[in-house]
Amino acid sequence: MTIMTDPPNSGFRLSQLFSDTRYRSMTFQVIAFIALLLMFAYLGNNLINNLRAAGLNISYSFLGERAGYDLNQSLVPYDSESTHARAAIAGLLNTLLVAILSCVSATILGVTAGVLRLSNNWLVSKLMAVYVEIFRNIPVLIWLIIISTIVASSMPLPRAFRGEDATASMIFDAVAFTNRGVYIPKPLLEHGIFASASANWLLVLVVLGVSLFASTRVGRWANAQQEATGDRPQTLWINLGIFVVPFAVLMLIMGLTWDYPYLKGFNFTGGTQIGRPLIALWFALSIYTGAFIAENVRAGIQAVSKGQSEAAAALGLRQGRVMKLVILPQALRIIVPPLISQFLNITKNSSLAIAVGYADITATLGGITLNQTGRAIECVLLLMLFYLTASLMISGAMNLYNASIKLKER
Amino acid sequence: MSDQSTNSIAFVASGDIPQSPPPALEAGAVKWMRENLFSSIPNSILTLVALALIYKIGMNTIPWIANGVWNTKSLAECRDVLDGTVAGCFSVLTERWNQLLYGFKYPSDQYWRPNLALVLMLFAAAPVLFFDLPRKLLTFTAVYPFLAFWLIWGGPVITPIVALLGCAAAAWVFNKYGKANFALGFFGGIVAALIVWKITGFAIPESTDGTWLQAVASRDLGGFMLNLMLGVTCVSLSVPLGIALALGRQSSMPLIKGICVVFIEFIRGVPLITLLFVASVMLSYFFPPDATVDLFLRVVIMITMFSAAYIAEVIRGGLAALPKGQYEAADSLGLDYAQAMRLIILPQALKISIPGIVNVAVGLFKDTTLVSVISMFDLVGMIRGPILAATEWNGVYWELLGFAAVLFFIVCYGISQYSQWLERRLATDHR
Repeated sequence: MTIMTDPPNSGFRLSQLFSDTRYRSMTFQVIAFIALLLMFAYLGNNLINNLRAAGLNISYSFLGERAGYDLNQSLVPYDSESTHARAAIAGLLNTLLVAILSCVSATILGVTAGVLRLSNNWLVSKLMAVYVEIFRNIPVLIWLIIISTIVASSMPLPRAFRGEDATASMIFDAVAFTNRGVYIPKPLLEHGIFASASANWLLVLVVLGVSLFASTRVGRWANAQQEATGDRPQTLWINLGIFVVPFAVLMLIMGLTWDYPYLKGFNFTGGTQIGRPLIALWFALSIYTGAFIAENVRAGIQAVSKGQSEAAAALGLRQGRVMKLVILPQALRIIVPPLISQFLNITKNSSLAIAVGYADITATLGGITLNQTGRAIECVLLLMLFYLTASLMISGAMNLYNASIKLKER
Repeated sequence: MSDQSTNSIAFVASGDIPQSPPPALEAGAVKWMRENLFSSIPNSILTLVALALIYKIGMNTIPWIANGVWNTKSLAECRDVLDGTVAGCFSVLTERWNQLLYGFKYPSDQYWRPNLALVLMLFAAAPVLFFDLPRKLLTFTAVYPFLAFWLIWGGPVITPIVALLGCAAAAWVFNKYGKANFALGFFGGIVAALIVWKITGFAIPESTDGTWLQAVASRDLGGFMLNLMLGVTCVSLSVPLGIALALGRQSSMPLIKGICVVFIEFIRGVPLITLLFVASVMLSYFFPPDATVDLFLRVVIMITMFSAAYIAEVIRGGLAALPKGQYEAADSLGLDYAQAMRLIILPQALKISIPGIVNVAVGLFKDTTLVSVISMFDLVGMIRGPILAATEWNGVYWELLGFAAVLFFIVCYGISQYSQWLERRLATDHR
């Protein structure tokens, strides 16, 4: 006996939108899209109503107005007559400056601490463990304030350099450590090729870049020679020449002189001042992030299996070369991705500058400019845009590097 | 032959040579030091440098702590007592103890309330942190947020009860329908909660006078209590949000995935300070004009979003670490998406991600100090603001900052030790 069943209903029922896997995901996405639109409409409506009630509007014209405040540190010419936009750019450059300085020093510190923590010297490895634990478990803001206080209280006042019985003295009459910051000589180009100083320095940078490019070409040539003949040509002197000769010639042509800081009244003038906030922020960020990097480095080195170092030792490599040629290249693949996120963290944590009075972009655009103009939404949006761009660029650049050292699998 | 050999041997040992102790250089502390401290010349130099460093730090801090003064009323008085010796004026801690812990506006006769809330929190957190405890204790954990809200903010007791009733209704609806159809249970639960709140909402009195517990405004919260409250609230709120974001990022629906990716990458790309700026100066523009959302709540919203993005990335790692066979096995059993996630995928993925979540939690707890930048008086805000600005204590940096550092170190180190214990405990594979 055959059982007759109805063929499946070919008509479309509304419930199929939820029960049929062919349509369900579309239904959910449409619902989500409508919900998103409704949410944005609600928030936007509230925003418009609130702005109208407060008599405000969204406008970026304040950026062209006079800022009227001074900055203690600026890489571009800036004074209180400059515009808010210029203050923001000065802050932006300050953020980049402290971020780059801290990334470099935190990496050096972190790699050193991470390698030392694996040292077979019991005391040193325990000391490094204590360093890592102490710095990882206390907020960076507290470290920042502590280090700022240390810098302020341990360095002499500028007036300690005065008089016959001065309690402090300048190093080589050129560098002065004071509690307002470190004063170092400032390089000046007497007769530059271009009219503006920044164009001249840009030329110096370009020359250095060309030298760097040439030296990588020399390195490649040396590698090729080594591959072909087995002997590696000496490249040290060639490289030194490539870097030193064009630079020296350029400096001679442009007439390099140094502007030394000197004591005038109760403070130093001349030279370049590396302000106390910058020093405090730089130290705090590098020493705090260094602890995290140390942990990443340790984990990376430990992840390389012991057989690798034993195999290298069996080939007759010395201890240093085992580390340089066998362990580190493999550990690097594990270390680099967390290192990228630590660099991102440094960039983001540099926004704490506001707590020690360093004029980074958060302190200028998000602090004084915001308070003076009352343009909260515009300022915060610009601030977020900057950090977002910086984060994406750092992670993009480092991902490129990561891809270049990745295991090439076929 | 044998005769010859016996004659040619001059000496034959007739008994055992008594065992002699190992050479002094190869035993005990000396051997240990030779191997671990002075194995080579660079190593010896490192050891000596380290010893010098430890000696220098110890000689500076130990007398400073040991000779500290604990019972004066001001810095000037303390300097008189010390009479030139270099030592800490820890009396700032004893004198401003309550301000450091509770802020300067919390009514001083009500300190037992946050204390009780903290003790109860330990009980509420215990069954979540230690799986061996009876599961029934989770009931208290579920009730705890309402209880803690009432204890800390005070006001009419009916407010947390109404909130609790709504949540209970939502849970009941979800339990009844959620097993068969997740979406129905979830949205039904939300509707049920809204209905209960609407019905019972009239019971909440307008005025806060004459209640059992004196009402305390959010802006009166401060000190280390504020750090703890922000940390605990934001972490517990951001875990479910983080799970949802992680699942959304793994979703096959392009729109849902897009929303989650943009949200996560946006939040992770900006520093917490800018989000706190949003909370303090910008967020109120997005609420209806008549809504009064206080700063504490706005900060909680932004920090929760911040940590949810990071937790989502951790959980995504856990989801990615699961073998594909687990997903296929769930499909072949005929489970739908919600069932597969709830019964098979998430329990394993969350287990893998617990250490990462704890790391995020520690980082978040440290980051709660940033609220001092938007002039909330947490522990760091209290130190930098009212205490160091007071004429009595102007200039006692080390004692105060050291205290804050020690307090944070204890909590954060404790949590990370717990995380390591948990990692060992959960390592059920690859023994």
